[in-house]
Amino acid sequence: MAMFEIRIHSRGGQGGVTAAKLIAQAAFRDGKFATAFPFYGAERRGAPVVSFVRISDEPIKVYSQVREPDMVIVLDASVMDSVDVLAGLKPGGPVVINVAEPPAIEGHPVHAVDLTGIALAQKLVVAGSPILNTPVLGALAKLGLVSMESAVAAIAETFSDPRNVAVAKAAYGEVQA
Amino acid sequence: MLTIATGNKAVAAAAREARPGVIAAYPITPQTEIVEQLASYVTERSLDADYIPVESEHSAMAACIGASAAGARTFTATSSHGLLYMHEMLHWAAGARTPVVMANVNRALGPGWNTWAEHTDAFSQRDTGWLQVFVGTVQEAYDATLMAFRIAEDERVLLPVMVNLDGFTLSHITQSLETVEIGDFIPPFCLPHAIDIDRPRGYGTMTGPEHYYKFRWDMERSMRASREVIRETEDEFARRFGRQYGPVEEYRCEDADVVVVALGTLGKEAEVAVDRLRDEGTKAGSMRLRWLRPFPTLDLGGRDVVVIDRDYSFGFGGVVAQSIRATTRAEPSSVIAGLGGQEVTYDDIARFVRQREAGTESWFGVEA
Repeated sequence: MAMFEIRIHSRGGQGGVTAAKLIAQAAFRDGKFATAFPFYGAERRGAPVVSFVRISDEPIKVYSQVREPDMVIVLDASVMDSVDVLAGLKPGGPVVINVAEPPAIEGHPVHAVDLTGIALAQKLVVAGSPILNTPVLGALAKLGLVSMESAVAAIAETFSDPRNVAVAKAAYGEVQA
Repeated sequence: MLTIATGNKAVAAAAREARPGVIAAYPITPQTEIVEQLASYVTERSLDADYIPVESEHSAMAACIGASAAGARTFTATSSHGLLYMHEMLHWAAGARTPVVMANVNRALGPGWNTWAEHTDAFSQRDTGWLQVFVGTVQEAYDATLMAFRIAEDERVLLPVMVNLDGFTLSHITQSLETVEIGDFIPPFCLPHAIDIDRPRGYGTMTGPEHYYKFRWDMERSMRASREVIRETEDEFARRFGRQYGPVEEYRCEDADVVVVALGTLGKEAEVAVDRLRDEGTKAGSMRLRWLRPFPTLDLGGRDVVVIDRDYSFGFGGVVAQSIRATTRAEPSSVIAGLGGQEVTYDDIARFVRQREAGTESWFGVEA
């Protein structure tokens, strides 16, 4: 495939940066080249932040930010009130959103999955925040971005708590592909 | 082992593989992850080093100089204002011929307060007698850190080496990384003038006008000799580990009419710009300068040259553009871009090439 570019929207402290790393790690395990990087602003806990992932069959030399993503992931739907999460998204590019009920977005397939609910069901909460970056990996595996085997391996490599794998599996089952 | 890592983690892993005896460091964004990781290695005993948590960067370098003078392999890391705070000690490390290895995560200088990538921090230390290398990938950050120890400690060099990587753009990006087992690639550190209590000698004593210049000349002689040591080291690294480096990384230069010169991650982004320009019929190439000191000999062969400086010398110009003007017959089109993390894309770089004008200077984002 040509280079596939992803932009992740979240809030500082929600693990968007780690989500990007986990996706890259899983893609790498699938035999792809991958890079993940955050845009570091003067962000604080709770402020809207973005991270980026690039996946390719070729070595990746681009370091500038993703301007025209192939896919957008929204870990906190409330950022959509203040941030245009669709900015630059390629026509027909999918949007993965952490919500129970998918909002209608014209021209883009929307994949809703209640990552917060899945994390809370497993009581996977750190410092008061439900963990979103491990369940989202399961959802992305269901959508074919990475293999589930690699997703689980990347999670297990990074986190020792087995509930992180459990929530990924739950999201795999729940996401509307 | 093939894995993935950030630039910072790669530097820390390489430093551990080189087995330094002493690490003295002070945290500063965006370098902190390096010294945190090294502290973890020491705590979990995967690295047997004395880790000295000092009260400032000046002290960090002073401690490294002392430890190196006593014969210990030493490592530290810093960035931006931390590097500047070391300034006096950087001259001292080179003059005392203590081959300290340091990672500098390139970051802009305040005010305005800015934690993003820029090369002015390192360039402002270019006359201290340190060798300086700039890297463009996570893998290269790892490889260059390993090679830095062997180069610095070579008896023909015995000068400190600074490994530069772009703040956030490289320090915090996750890419694939192949770690190696270094074996005997870096020989045991043996400082000929190491402090030896059984053979007392004077160090850093008053040195009058009749002798001082000889020490300075000896530094320059070693700096010149370092070119050969760097070449040998990079070739030996390629033989053992399969990755070849040189003073300059050339990309599609053979038949190029115009060459983009840049450092660090902008040098890699320039390769994408070159591909785009080639697609539209412009015979472009790129040269990523790896070594700033010793400054490489560039063969520009009468081609048009576009130099991107992520730095500036006020009242003079972009340091790389001026250095190229001074060492070649080129009249570069000089572009000042990427200051304080200013976003520069491959499309922007391609535009710099299309709009080039020999002998001019332009600031990206500033109307002429």
